[in-house]
Amino acid sequence: MAEARDGSLQPMRRDHFEIFGLEPAFRLETERLERAYREIQASIHPDRFAHAADADRRASMQWTARVNEAYRTLKSPVQRGKYLLELHGVDVAFETNTAMPADFLQRQLELREVLEEAQGKRDAAALSRLRAELREEERALEAALADALDAKRDYGLAAGLVRKLMFLERVDAEIDEAFETMDE
Amino acid sequence: MALLQISEPGQSPAPHQQRRAVGIDLGTTNSLVATVRSGVPTILPDAQGRALLPSIVRYLPGGGVEVGYAAQAHQSADSKNTIVSVKRFMGRGRKDVPYIENMPYDFVDAPGMLQIDTVAGVKSPVEVSAEILKVLRERAELSLAGDLDGAVITVPAYFDDAQRQATKDAATLAGLNVLRLLNEPTAAAIAYGLENASEGIYAVFDLGGGTFDISILKLSRGVFEVLSTNGNAALGGDDFDQRLVCWALETANLPPLEPRDMRMLHVKAREAKEALTAHGEAPFTARLSSGEFVDLTINTEAFCSITQHLVQKTLGPTRKALRDAGLEVEDVKGVVMVGGATRMPHIQRAVSEFFRRDPLNNLDPDKVVALGAAMQADVLAGNQPTGGDWLLLDVIPLSLGIETMGGLVERIIPRNSTIPTARAQEFTTYKDGQTAMSIHAVQGERELVSDCRSLARFELRGIPPMVAGAARILVSFQVDADGLLSVTAKEKSTGVEASIAVKPSYGLTDSDIERMLRDSFEHARGDMQARALNESRVDGERLVDAVQSALAADSALLSAEERSAIEQHLATLRTALSGTDHRAIKQASEALNRATDEFAARRMDANVRRALTGRSIEKLEI
Repeated sequence: MAEARDGSLQPMRRDHFEIFGLEPAFRLETERLERAYREIQASIHPDRFAHAADADRRASMQWTARVNEAYRTLKSPVQRGKYLLELHGVDVAFETNTAMPADFLQRQLELREVLEEAQGKRDAAALSRLRAELREEERALEAALADALDAKRDYGLAAGLVRKLMFLERVDAEIDEAFETMDE
Repeated sequence: MALLQISEPGQSPAPHQQRRAVGIDLGTTNSLVATVRSGVPTILPDAQGRALLPSIVRYLPGGGVEVGYAAQAHQSADSKNTIVSVKRFMGRGRKDVPYIENMPYDFVDAPGMLQIDTVAGVKSPVEVSAEILKVLRERAELSLAGDLDGAVITVPAYFDDAQRQATKDAATLAGLNVLRLLNEPTAAAIAYGLENASEGIYAVFDLGGGTFDISILKLSRGVFEVLSTNGNAALGGDDFDQRLVCWALETANLPPLEPRDMRMLHVKAREAKEALTAHGEAPFTARLSSGEFVDLTINTEAFCSITQHLVQKTLGPTRKALRDAGLEVEDVKGVVMVGGATRMPHIQRAVSEFFRRDPLNNLDPDKVVALGAAMQADVLAGNQPTGGDWLLLDVIPLSLGIETMGGLVERIIPRNSTIPTARAQEFTTYKDGQTAMSIHAVQGERELVSDCRSLARFELRGIPPMVAGAARILVSFQVDADGLLSVTAKEKSTGVEASIAVKPSYGLTDSDIERMLRDSFEHARGDMQARALNESRVDGERLVDAVQSALAADSALLSAEERSAIEQHLATLRTALSGTDHRAIKQASEALNRATDEFAARRMDANVRRALTGRSIEKLEI
């Protein structure tokens, strides 16, 4: 049983995909991830150890937190893409390196104009339409990202796509904020 | 050495003994206690057969306390010393409580949480809540014929860290072993979902006496997964009463009234509100202390129009919760109604219009939370050998972050993250040669620190002097299964560390609580020593059992030396258990716990692998 004691068993040394028994790839079966997540939770969640010894309760909490974080990352396409790039040693450098193609930036300006107009008119239907459009653009980018990461293995291209997705995510959050100001 | 007897993993060596575990709904208006008896969750009534305990505490001169109906009878006559709706004050300062100017109490503004000056001295909301919990504990102990092993206490899902911590402290002060703080809508979802074998997306709409929660859950094969939660921790049936009081004051053209008259009008308002649930109109009559007689009638239409904005206030959070879950109204399969205030017809109407379906009212909205909590308590206490056939995955309601330069919030854990959760982020110094850093943890959704709730401040000292921006300070947030936060900060190059379990500062420290607890037991039982010995023995024996079955199941994960080290600690604890020194037992238990930390981590890892493969660890390729 020497292998059970080696470093590969240490939680921090296993990546998010390994935890769920998945191949490290952008395309993943959401259902398989969900099923693995639930099965793991059922065996390690703190509710299963509420009456156990302190050491077990601590281990259960740490492990569950770790599994929750891994699940949260893999569930979100943007986070998953970013994480895969990190595994491949690509620093996406989101904060500093945001030189984006001109046509993409132009589109961002358009999206924000529509958003501001809808917000100004308190037009919930327009906001919903904008969100639907945004979703479609996200789907297209995700398909391209899957191709760049899993087939082409072009991590430079993938990093650019992840950055674009992060821009769209920000617009998405602003749509939420616009909805919220309307609720008030 | 005699051979140790080892049972099959998963089976306890002793005949299975039921632990006494209860669920407690500590409500704004009423509180309840429930337990699971022969597999059936049951409310435990008082000696007169009443299920509800009004959440009202009256302090008497000389230190006496009345709780429940006895206190309720005096709420107008002795309004200054009779605390109602204390839940609204939990973890709150004066400025946080709406309509505080209309309340009859003498408030003392203590840092963090207000206090109330009564005839029996200054009381914190934690102490007042503990009085309610004590009565429920005694009721349960009488009914179950023995000391309780543990309790699940429910809290509004939208309660922040300060309110949760205050609730847990109140339970500790009442002598309860808190198995878990459980969100009220989640408790209701368990009771509803298990009874109806529900599958799919459900919303729980919980409007209580003082708090509003909306939770969106996915129910699937015994897993209750909370997708999002939202609400308003200061919106409930009380606010509808308040509107009625204002209406009465205006309609009858009354001058500003004494506190006792105001309290009485509140009682009358509640009666009128409840009458309007079944009737088109209701009388609103009262004799004031001046002798003046108030004689009014209110109809449904007028009541709806003066409270419509309160109904509207529930819909914003509901929309937010749906958006956070990434769902539309059509995705929701059912809406479970919880809390006495959901009986109001215009609430029912608003909910059914919003969700475009009739809400589910087939469980008693006053009892469903306590029943769900009892079911969870039964599982957590270990009364179900397999650990229960269902699992709860709950979330944190509000984002957690820390203050950065310029009074801005850097979010570390976003709202609706599944708990327990842990996340870390690196920060750096602002000035050359900076040797200390102040860490300020806040909770809320706003960008400015001043708009969020301040949870805790602490300092990391001993950072080696470096140029600005060179130090690497790792700040880690950890939220446990109760939704409670602890924060650690560490300078990476030197390993200097500082940490804090976030505690609201309301004048009660851990040692205060311990002292008060000791005093109360000394008065009540006069035998603290015996109780401590008994507790340490029960815990110690449980630990011996747990470690033995862990060794039996997973000793393959240990080297021979590791195993013998654990067995030595085990032997020390057994020796201590045969004596009568509770400190020795406690010390040996702690030592054994520390010695098994690494073993526990490896077994948890093995659990993860087994869950995925269904095979035993030996067959796994690594």
